[in-house]
Amino acid sequence: MSRTIDAVVSPTQTNTIPADISGHMLDLDEDDDLEVFSKDSTLADGNMFNASMPTSPGSMVNQCKFEEDEESDSKDIFITVDNPESHVTAIETFITYRVLTKTTRSEFDNSEYEVRRRYQDFLWLKGKLEDAHSTLIVHPLPEKFVVKGMVERFSGDFIETRRKALHKFLTRVADHPILSCSEDFKVFLSAQAWELTTYKKQGPGFLSRMGETVRAVANSVRGVKNRPEEFTAIQEYVEDFSNKIGSLDKVTQRIVKEQKEYLEELKEYGPTYTLWSGSEEELAEQLKGVAGCIERCCKETEEQVGHLSDTLVPVLHEYVLCAETLKAVLRRRDNIQAEFEAKNEALATKKVDRDAESSDLGFVWGSLLGKNPEEARHQRQERLDGEIEELKEEIDKLEDRVEWANNALKGDWGRWQRSMRGDLKSAFLSTAEKNVDYYEKCLAVWETFLLSQRTEPSEETDRDNTP
Amino acid sequence: MLSVSYLSALLLHTVCCLYPIYQLCFYIQYVVCILFISSASTYSMLSVSCLSALLLHTVCCLYPIYQLCFYIQYVVCNLFISSASTYRMLSVYQVYLMPGNSVYCGSTISPSQIPLYTKCIMRLKVILIFYSLQGRTLILKDLKSHESLYLVCITQLERRMADAGNKESAPIGGDEFTNTELENNKNNTMVEEGSTLLRRMEISVAEAEKRTGKNTVNMQEIFTVYLIETRPIDAITEVHNPAPDSLWRRYSEFEILRNYLLVTYPFIVVPPLPEKRAEFVWHKLSADNMDPDFVERRRVGLENFLLRVASHSVLSNDKILYHFLTEEHRWKEVVYETGFQAKADSRIKALSATFRVKNPDKRFTEMKHYSDELQSLTSQLLRVRARVADRLYGVYKVHGNYGRVFSEWSALEKEMGDGLQSAGHHMDAYAASVDDMLEEEEHYADQLKEYLFYAEALRAVCRKHELTQYELETASSDLISKKQQREELATGMVRTFSFKGMTNKLFGQETPEQREAKLSLLEEQIVQGEETVTEKTVECEEYVKGAWVDMQRFKEQKDRDLREALIGYAVMQISMCKKGIQVWTNAKECFHKM
Repeated sequence: MSRTIDAVVSPTQTNTIPADISGHMLDLDEDDDLEVFSKDSTLADGNMFNASMPTSPGSMVNQCKFEEDEESDSKDIFITVDNPESHVTAIETFITYRVLTKTTRSEFDNSEYEVRRRYQDFLWLKGKLEDAHSTLIVHPLPEKFVVKGMVERFSGDFIETRRKALHKFLTRVADHPILSCSEDFKVFLSAQAWELTTYKKQGPGFLSRMGETVRAVANSVRGVKNRPEEFTAIQEYVEDFSNKIGSLDKVTQRIVKEQKEYLEELKEYGPTYTLWSGSEEELAEQLKGVAGCIERCCKETEEQVGHLSDTLVPVLHEYVLCAETLKAVLRRRDNIQAEFEAKNEALATKKVDRDAESSDLGFVWGSLLGKNPEEARHQRQERLDGEIEELKEEIDKLEDRVEWANNALKGDWGRWQRSMRGDLKSAFLSTAEKNVDYYEKCLAVWETFLLSQRTEPSEETDRDNTP
Repeated sequence: MLSVSYLSALLLHTVCCLYPIYQLCFYIQYVVCILFISSASTYSMLSVSCLSALLLHTVCCLYPIYQLCFYIQYVVCNLFISSASTYRMLSVYQVYLMPGNSVYCGSTISPSQIPLYTKCIMRLKVILIFYSLQGRTLILKDLKSHESLYLVCITQLERRMADAGNKESAPIGGDEFTNTELENNKNNTMVEEGSTLLRRMEISVAEAEKRTGKNTVNMQEIFTVYLIETRPIDAITEVHNPAPDSLWRRYSEFEILRNYLLVTYPFIVVPPLPEKRAEFVWHKLSADNMDPDFVERRRVGLENFLLRVASHSVLSNDKILYHFLTEEHRWKEVVYETGFQAKADSRIKALSATFRVKNPDKRFTEMKHYSDELQSLTSQLLRVRARVADRLYGVYKVHGNYGRVFSEWSALEKEMGDGLQSAGHHMDAYAASVDDMLEEEEHYADQLKEYLFYAEALRAVCRKHELTQYELETASSDLISKKQQREELATGMVRTFSFKGMTNKLFGQETPEQREAKLSLLEEQIVQGEETVTEKTVECEEYVKGAWVDMQRFKEQKDRDLREALIGYAVMQISMCKKGIQVWTNAKECFHKM
C-alpha cells in the first residue's frame, strides 16, 4: 500500500531544488513550494485513495488499527542508533550516528543493514514522511541546535541526549503501521551515503520541510468553516496538553536543577562532620558515622538526579515537541479542508454565474456587442459548464482527500494517545520507583548507623549498673 | 505529616463524600490521629491548635443533632494537645520511639529527671487510654501496633526509672558521709548530685507572650516575655496537685542572670542562652525576633538553659537564681546589689587584654585550643546545614508544582485523570511534608548552636585561668626581685653592674640608717609579697581544681548531648526517608492506575 503512496507522491515533486541550497533561499521559495505541494498532492492523494482504498474510507481506520495490533505482537524491524562519530571537514564539523537495522520484512533485500547518518539526514526523512502523510503524526526529532540546558554543541551529554532522541524517533517510525512502510524510510535505513544523496536530490522534501512551520502559520489564517467537532476537540485538547506538558517539562528541569544544587551542598556537608570528628575524642566515631551516612546518601542523590534527567526529562521534552507536531498536523488537516471549502465556494459562485447567464441580462449584453446572442450565450454556458465540471471533479478529489486525511488522523490520533499515555506512565512510574528506591537506600543507611549507636548506650548503662 | 491545607482539602472532600456523619467523625479522628502518630516528632502547639480549630470548625458545619460528635471531637482535641506536648517532652528528654517498637533512652535517667519522666509516663498513659477508647469504637489494626509501642515505651521508661531510683538510694543512705567523699564522686555524679535545685523544684518555661512597654528612654517598644513556672517537688507528691507558681521574665533578664553567673562562678562553663537573633538562617526561616517560630524555639532554649543551670551542682544552689525563679519584682535590685556589674566590666577588660603566661597549664591551653576548634567547626557545620536545608526545601517545594499541573492536566485526560489527580495530591503532600521536617531539623540546629555558644563559655574559663596564672606569675616575679634587692642591700655587694652601683660609686655610700630603713621596708614588702603569692597560688590551684572538674563535667555532658543530637538527627533522617517512601509508593500506585 505504502509503495503506492510513494510511487505516486514522488513524481509530483517536480519542482526540484538542489539539496545544498541555503536556508535563506528557502524562505523565498516558500509560497511556490506550498502551491506545488497542495495542488499536486491533491492529485496524488486522490489517486492513491482511488487505487488503494476502493472501499469506504472508514475501513482505512480499521485497517490502521488492525495493522497496529498486529505490529505490537510481531515487531519486525529493530533499529539501534549508536556509536556517534565526529567528522571534521574544511567547511563544517558534524556528528554521524551508526544506524543498525535488523528486519524480517520482505521489502528489504537483506535482513541487516548498517549505515551512518547525520542529523540532517534524519531531518530529511522526517520532512519526507510529513510531506507524504500530512495528517499522520510523525514522531518529533530533537531540536536543531541546542537542547535546553546544554550549551556545548559537541559535548558528550548533548550528543548522547540527541542520540537517544534519534533512536526513539526511528523506533517510533518503525513501529508505525503506515510510516514504516514508506520507501523513504527504507532508503534511509539501507542506502549508502552517496546513494542517499542522489536519492535526496530527486525531491525537495527535506528543504520544503524546513520552512514548514512558517508555512503552516501562514496558512492557519485560512479559516475552516465546518471543522468536524472531533477535530475541534482534538485541537483544544492539544492546546491544553501542550500547556501542561510544557509546565511539567519546566517543573522537572527545575527539580533537576534544585537537586543538583542540593547535591553540591550535600557534598560539602559530609566532610564538615569528618573534619569535626578530628577534634573530638569520644564523639569521633559518631561524627564519622554521620559523615559516612551523608556521603552515602550523597551518592544516592547523585544517582537519583542522574536517573531523573535520563528518564523523565527526555520523555517530557519529547512530548513538548510532540505537542508542536500535533499542532502542525492539525493545521495541515485544516488547510486541506480549507482548500476543499474554497473550491466548493468557487463552484457555488460559478453556478450562480451560470444561472445569471441564462437570464435576460446576459442576452442584453450579448446583443449589444453585436454577436449572435444565442451563440455567445451558448459558448459561455458551455465554458461555464466545463469549468463547473472541472471544479466538480476537483471537489470530488478534494473531498476524498479530506476524508482520507481525516481518517488517517483519526486512526493515528488514537495510536498516538495510547503511546503517549504509555510513555508518560512508564516515565512517571520509573521516576516514582527510583524515588522509593532512593529513600529506601537512605533509610537503610541511617538505620544501620542507628543500630550501631544503639548498642553503645546500653553498654554504658550496664557499666553504670555493675558497680 | 501532611500539611493543614492538605488536610483541610481532605476533610472537605470527606465531608462531601461520606454519608453517615458518625462514621465521618470517626474517620476524621482516625486520619488525624494516624497522621499524628505516624510521625514520631514534635509538634508545636500552634499547629496543634490549628488542627483542633479545623476539627471544631468542620464539626460545627455539621448538623447540630450530632452534639455527641462535637463532644467527642472536643475530647480528642484536648488529647491531641496533651499528646503533642508529650512528644515535645519526649524529645527534650531524649526518649525516641524507635523503629521496630522499641524505645531508646538517650542516657540513664538521673534522679533529678524522674519527675519529668513521671510526667511523660502519665501522658503516655493518657494516650493509651484514649487508644483503648478508640479501639472499642473502631476496629483499627494500626492502633494495636501503636498501643504496643507506647506500652513498650512506658515499661522501658519505668524500668529505667527504677534503675535510677536504686542508684539514688545509695547516696541518700550515705547522706552522713563526709563531704570529701561526695567531692570525690563529684566528677561523675555532678549532675545527679542530690542537692541540685531541679530535684527540689520542677521548672519550665511554659509560654511566651508579646508585650508593649516603655524602655529606659521612655520609648515605646515591643518585647516578648516568657512565663516561668516552678513547683516544689514535695508538693506534687502529695495528693493534691497544686498550681505552679509562675512569673514573667524578659530575655534581657535572662541575660543579666547569666552575666551574674559568669562573674560569680568564673571557673564554671556556664550554660549559654539561646541566640539573641536568629543566626544561620535560610530563606524560609525568618530572622525576625517576633516571629512565632523563633519565639517558640527561644522558649525551648530558655527552658533548656534554666534546666541546665538548675541541674548544675554549683550553679543551682545560687540564691540569686532562686530569686530569679521565685520573685518577680525584687529580683533586679537584689542582683544589682551584688555589684556583679563592676566585676563584669573589669573582667571584660582583663579578658580582652593581651598577656603572655610563662608557664601555661597544658590542659588549659589544649582546652582553649579545643574551644576555638569547636566554635569554628560548629559554626561551619551550621552554615552548611542551613544551605542544605535551603536546597532541600527547594527540591520539595518544586515538586508541589507537579501537584498543580497534575490536577489541571487530569481534567483533560479521561483515562488517566483519576490517577493523575491523586498523584497530584501526593505531590502536594510531598511538598508540604518538608515544612515539618525542616522545623524538626531546626531543633537539631539549636542543639548544635548551644554548643557553638558553649565554646565561648569554655574559652572564657580558659582565659580566666590564664589571667589568674598571670597574676600569680607577676606576683612571684615581683617577690623574687624584691628578695634580690634585699640580698644586695644586706651584703652590700653589687653582683652585677647596675645603675645603682654607679650611683653608689659617684655619690658615695648610703648611711647605715638609710640602709636599715630601706632594708626594713623591703622586708615588709617581701612579707606582703609572699602572702600575695601564697594567696594567688591557692587561688590559682583552687581555680584549676574547680575549673578542671567543671570542664570534665562539661565534656561528659557535651559528649552525651551531641551523641544524642546525632542520634536524633539520624532518627529524623529515617522519618524523612519513611515519609518519602510512603509518598512515592502512593504516587507509584497512582501512576500505575493510569
